[in-house]
Amino acid sequence: MSAPGAAVAPRTHVVLAALLRKELRVELRSFEAVPAMSLFSVTTFVLFHFALSRNTLSGDLASGVLWVTLLFAAMLGINRLFVADAEQGGFDGFLLSPADRSALLYAKALTLLAYLVVLELVAVPAFALLLLGPALWPALPGLLVVLALGDLGVVVIGTLVGALAVRTSVRDLLGPMISLPLLVPVLLCAARASSPVLAATRAGPLPLRWLVTLALYDLVFGLITFAVFDFLLED
Amino acid sequence: MCARCRRAGRRRAGASRCGVAILAAIELRGLTRRYGERVALADVTLSLATGQTLAVLGPNGAGKTTLLRLLATLLRPHGGVVEVLGHPLPKENWAVRGRIGLLGHEPLLYRELSARENLALHGALHGVTGTRRSEELLAAVAMERRADEPLRTLSRGMVQRVAVARTLLHDPALLLLDEPRANLDPAASELVEPLIGRASGRTRVIVSHDPAGVLAEADLVLGLVRGRVALLAGAAELDAAALTELYR
Amino acid sequence: MYGKRLRTLALTTFAALTLTLVLAFFWAPNDADQGFLQKIFYIHVPLAIVTLCGFIYGGVAAIAHLRTHDSRWDMRSYVAIHLSLVFGVGVLITGSIWAKGSWGVWWDWSEPTLVSFLLIMLLYATYQPLRFAIEDPERQARYASVFAITAGAFVPINFVIVRLSTAYLHPRVLGNVSANLPGRFQVVFYLSLVSIALLWITLWRYEMTSKHASAQLRALRRLLAGEDEEQLPRRSAVPTLSLETASAGSAEGGGGAR
Repeated sequence: MSAPGAAVAPRTHVVLAALLRKELRVELRSFEAVPAMSLFSVTTFVLFHFALSRNTLSGDLASGVLWVTLLFAAMLGINRLFVADAEQGGFDGFLLSPADRSALLYAKALTLLAYLVVLELVAVPAFALLLLGPALWPALPGLLVVLALGDLGVVVIGTLVGALAVRTSVRDLLGPMISLPLLVPVLLCAARASSPVLAATRAGPLPLRWLVTLALYDLVFGLITFAVFDFLLED
Repeated sequence: MCARCRRAGRRRAGASRCGVAILAAIELRGLTRRYGERVALADVTLSLATGQTLAVLGPNGAGKTTLLRLLATLLRPHGGVVEVLGHPLPKENWAVRGRIGLLGHEPLLYRELSARENLALHGALHGVTGTRRSEELLAAVAMERRADEPLRTLSRGMVQRVAVARTLLHDPALLLLDEPRANLDPAASELVEPLIGRASGRTRVIVSHDPAGVLAEADLVLGLVRGRVALLAGAAELDAAALTELYR
Repeated sequence: MYGKRLRTLALTTFAALTLTLVLAFFWAPNDADQGFLQKIFYIHVPLAIVTLCGFIYGGVAAIAHLRTHDSRWDMRSYVAIHLSLVFGVGVLITGSIWAKGSWGVWWDWSEPTLVSFLLIMLLYATYQPLRFAIEDPERQARYASVFAITAGAFVPINFVIVRLSTAYLHPRVLGNVSANLPGRFQVVFYLSLVSIALLWITLWRYEMTSKHASAQLRALRRLLAGEDEEQLPRRSAVPTLSLETASAGSAEGGGGAR
């Protein structure tokens, strides 16, 4: 009889790399999340044009429309984030292994971040083309900073709520219902921060106060997600 | 691992190391698990020696799958004592994970990935380096030819064979099998027999709905009815008639 | 264990509330600007404070539940949140009435307390649907606790952030309390705060007692019915208390029937 294998825990970065490879492959082969998110954002811009009866937007209005659209598109991504694992027994496979639980958290968070980055690569140029009044190029550096911090907030809340909602009977409904109130501060800070950048007349500087608030919010909820995530994985 | 080895700080267990073989692979005393206010498992006591096979039988809803998941560290016991491979659960869950192979109703494989990719992922999760082991197993279950096609293009039987490979990839000391031959045709059943059957020499717990078949390959038989032990005896003392009583 | 001294508590609460109402209407002077309507402040603000503390306690009990795996903590968290939800509706209604009376509008976005409350209520309104959507009782309790902790952290943070975003056109009520209110206002306010806190605690204990009693009753029924009874329990958002913890509760209260 062979000697029982030793339970030596694999290195976290090895596990993380393997999980990320899996996420990338599954998404590239099934195209479940990213195309839908991107298409949804462009369609939403069109809806806003007709709903607001405006050809161009700037300042507060531009900032608001962009962020609300990104947030709703993110909902689609959050809903899909854990579905493959829940349906194909991925949680069990992971839980049976000696791998560190936080590797799954990091893998999912990075995956959601990747979804958001691809979404923004489509949505921001589309927004500039369809609705944005002032030129995008000068506003881009400031906008990128806000997008980065905002994405972090969405990733932190989205990973937590995605894991929470996926094994319930109404996962597609609960996901948005729980994450949207939690994302209001992110929306608030991001919209307020990007509005001077997208102003009609000379673009203003980034308001530091909103960026700092947003960064702190991301940090606090990042810590909370890290602390409670394990409890969501168990059966 | 025996107490002496643990004190000495050894990280690997085995009879050859310390000369004190761990006799009981599974030790249960008064194991209880609830489902809300109802009882899923009540007062289960048994002892399974290393290298032996435990068959778990019983009607639907008896708690067989619960017992299996509990032994796999996926569920926590609510009462009683559970020791797997010498480690008390749930305190020493981490010492036991990675030494157990679970083959349940779900293959635990991603449909979009190929067999090779799935095994590579599982290998990474379990700290198995290199591709030698997964290639060996793919050959053993006769899946090398189709190892690069996504699992969703394969038949249920083929997926089950890959699942067997997944279960054995990290060379587990304990196998937990939930109706392992469910989706396999006779040819495939024969193929996996040396891997997960009696001949493999591993300690096994099998859940089955085939009382007659299971008697042939079990050493100890546990009959559960509504979470309680209805029958616990060595296989040699039982006959098929006694087992069908369980399902009455 | 929750049934002890419940009657005394209830009577004390009733007395405190009556005293508060009497003093508020007959003893405290009318506010110079807002007149009689200002008296709603004595209900609105204490309700708000007690509700927020209730939600935070729900989060704390949830932390205890995750650490001890004891379903009693889950029950405490559940009752605290669900009671605070009811009180929270009261906050929104009284706040709205006050806004209408003082400034002529039913809803005002520049009142940070109300806006924060709306956000909190929208979040906690998902608690019960979340619980109901999970059938496995242990997983339901665990997920609900994770939610309660996240939402409990959200409560103070969202207050700060909303405050940052609103322009202060209106009197900042919570800040005004200790600093600017003259003597009589303060007395009635603090008395009201104590009474409403007592009300919350009394209702919480009543509900805990009731849930424990039901759990014990069900456990006894199961014992009497024996093993033949295989009735599947109805899906429920209410936490289940296991047999041991339920009877431990009664033993402490000295009222156990076993």
